[in-house]
Amino acid sequence: MIHQSNRRELLLGSGALFAWAYLPRVAQAECRDPRFLVIVLRGALDGLATVAPVGDPDWQRLRGENALTTEGATAALPLDSYFALNPAMPNLHRLYKAGQATIVHAVATPYRERSHFDGQDVLESGFIRPGSADTGWLNRALAGLPAAGRVNARQAFAVGPIAPLVARGPAPVLAWMPPRLPPASNDTVSRLVDLYRHTDPTLANALEERSALSAIASGAAMGDTAKKPQMAPAIPGAAVRAYFAESASAAAKFMARPDGPRVGAVAFDGWDTHANEGATKGRLALLLAALDGAINALEIGMGDSWKDSVVAVITEFGRTARINGTEGTDHGTATVALLIGGALKGGRVIADWPGLKEANLRDGRDLKPTTDLRAVMKGILKEHLCVDDHLLAQNVFPGSQAINPLAGLV
Amino acid sequence: MGLEMARDPRAQSIVALHRFGLPSKLGSTDLIGDTRSAMLAELDKSDAALIKNDDLLSSGEAARAAFDFRQERKAARLAANAQSGAEKQQAKEAGSSEEKQPGNPGPGLPQQIYLEESKARLESALAADAGFVERLVWFWSNHFCISADKGGVRPLCGAYEREAIRPHVTGKFSDMLLAVESHPAMLLYLDNARSIGPNSFAGLRRGKGLNENLAREILELHTLGVRTGYSQDDVTNFAKVITGWSIVPLRQSPDHGGEFTFNPRMHEPGTHRVIGNDYEDRGFEQGHAVLLTLSKSPATANHIALKLASHFVADDPPRSLVARLASRFLDTKGDLKEVSKALITAPEAWDPAPTKLRRPSDWVVSSLRVCGVKPPDVRPILQAQNLLGEPLWRVPAPNGFSDNSTAWMDGLGQRLDIANQISRRVGDTLDPAAIAQNTFGPLLSNETKEALSRAESRSQALALLLMSSEFQRR
Repeated sequence: MIHQSNRRELLLGSGALFAWAYLPRVAQAECRDPRFLVIVLRGALDGLATVAPVGDPDWQRLRGENALTTEGATAALPLDSYFALNPAMPNLHRLYKAGQATIVHAVATPYRERSHFDGQDVLESGFIRPGSADTGWLNRALAGLPAAGRVNARQAFAVGPIAPLVARGPAPVLAWMPPRLPPASNDTVSRLVDLYRHTDPTLANALEERSALSAIASGAAMGDTAKKPQMAPAIPGAAVRAYFAESASAAAKFMARPDGPRVGAVAFDGWDTHANEGATKGRLALLLAALDGAINALEIGMGDSWKDSVVAVITEFGRTARINGTEGTDHGTATVALLIGGALKGGRVIADWPGLKEANLRDGRDLKPTTDLRAVMKGILKEHLCVDDHLLAQNVFPGSQAINPLAGLV
Repeated sequence: MGLEMARDPRAQSIVALHRFGLPSKLGSTDLIGDTRSAMLAELDKSDAALIKNDDLLSSGEAARAAFDFRQERKAARLAANAQSGAEKQQAKEAGSSEEKQPGNPGPGLPQQIYLEESKARLESALAADAGFVERLVWFWSNHFCISADKGGVRPLCGAYEREAIRPHVTGKFSDMLLAVESHPAMLLYLDNARSIGPNSFAGLRRGKGLNENLAREILELHTLGVRTGYSQDDVTNFAKVITGWSIVPLRQSPDHGGEFTFNPRMHEPGTHRVIGNDYEDRGFEQGHAVLLTLSKSPATANHIALKLASHFVADDPPRSLVARLASRFLDTKGDLKEVSKALITAPEAWDPAPTKLRRPSDWVVSSLRVCGVKPPDVRPILQAQNLLGEPLWRVPAPNGFSDNSTAWMDGLGQRLDIANQISRRVGDTLDPAAIAQNTFGPLLSNETKEALSRAESRSQALALLLMSSEFQRR
């Protein structure tokens, strides 16, 4: 199930090759044996529903019934006097309280449009504009990693049939293939049914009948679904949880090994919550719970290496500050980045909070970005992995000279 | 896809590519715009249907290899049983409780041959340009279908298609008919290999008799069609005529075992009347003469014309199209190149909006083509076809897989699972919008275009594209 893929040959002639020119000759001192895993959430995570600004006076006005609060049956988990965590993430909360998690809020990449593909391209390539490179910043950063005589020091780990863009590049990628790929998400099914309704009603009926059948097969009896109108039938929650946890365990297993890769990347899909977002007991809650399970699996799987680990959970952009007409949120701008791991100086929410007043929203709709995600990633690469400033500004995040690495994260 | 679309020549050309051929391969756009000449050119290439691969075995070689393999495995099993019996005895005496686990023998040679042939067939479809000739191969292979699940047929499936179908898709129907009905795979599948004339030498001596299976299916499925006026006597007499069309026994001949033979000792002697004609006993030529008569029958021409039109154009095709194809069949004495040309040049074949659901094998191959995937291992592709209800060379009955779209509608959910698998494997590295444009050009609906651009990831967009109505229908 493991295959070694060396992408160097494929990239001959591309700009990424020049990264080798900047290979440091000697290893920098004073670094432990660090691990760094990047989890990319594709589809744009609703940062406000993940880490809610419960102390902001405009919060409840914007989200109404959908606003997370620290009261009631589904009370959010307090982080400090201003922010609270989605109740689906007790593990993250525990780690935060133990000083092993840091949350960066109102953060965004330099991308300011609202296309998923382009946003993901900027997020993972590390370039300012989409379509600039077929390589990712994490892979290019490997060239700056002190080898210190270790085998595989400059190898990236990735989960999935193809490595996420962030991990692709000149350095070899060790790819682990999950035994089962997750089934088509309910989101994909509902998008397809919607498309069929407009283009081919016969196919719409055929697919809907099949979905209804599988809902019955998976034990969601008619009565049950009637009681929980928010829950679409047959959300493959168990399969998603299993896939997230399995991928995280595999990453931890490989990266914990003394001769294993030191950086890795995993991508989880499904975060594009346009309708029936379900922040506390619907789709988003299920996804966040699955992510929380993956975080737990990482902590366990890393074992002793957890103290040397940082996990960064990042997404292409955030979602609208308001709820839309279908109980969901549309594409926005700023969101959260979750940093987790024993190497962090955690227990903090880092946010230059822009506020949620009408005038403070970007384009009158989105959380305004006040922190550049590249500053956060550069901070980790610099202080945790000892990648030097020059390489960071030139090759890892080209054109980011003006963006200083965020200091003191680890 | 309204009428205004159908009048646009470029749109019409793309409809035709999907209807008669296979969608453009990733990165090749040269066919769009002139599909018709590309397909006509394909028909004129004498070797367009052939698979050139010296590693593949002929049906005789495959049958003999499978036979040798079975014999060796049997011998090895007997030897292992004897040995493990002795070892058990020894172990017992030594007081050890360890027992040797019998090793997994792995997939047998018949299955290996089947896999190699499947791979060659898939590669041929992925490499094809317009894909019209390949689609014709699939059509005729399903018309004259066999099943790997019948005893002895598995190692022969690929060779059957290469030997009896492919050389004749742009040749004469009568030649294909003879090649098919005298092929060992067909003689095994429809039991004629062991059909014995009651008054033949073998029949009188062994007291065995006729098997009507092949004779009936030739009349009902391969040529005239059901309820076209033949009687039970015609079936019985035809079965007598083709007694002796058999296979060289594998035990008897290490050089020719498994090959076709006409065995006069099994052949029913005498003149026989089949559908109003008397056929004198001229051995093998007696059966050949019946096949020639059948291939010239107007009922056969109608039957083939209807099947071609409903396979390629619509479940319920225009009558004028069927009539046009049937008369071309009769006029050219069953010249399949001319009939195929008539199919793609008939105006009725181009006009209707795409309504037919792609058959699973077509859809899987088309998906791989547009994504530019060349699977190193054919097994997942075969599994996908199994899941979708169209296992390769394994028909449930001699009438083959259905050409009716509703038969395949139930499998739409499974298609989504497979689209999801494919797109998760390759979707992130591709540009779904560009693929959609390359594949459908002006036929791409705004709704689909918008759904692709709004997808949350490239792989989701690709799954939606493979599932879109444009991609499912042709």
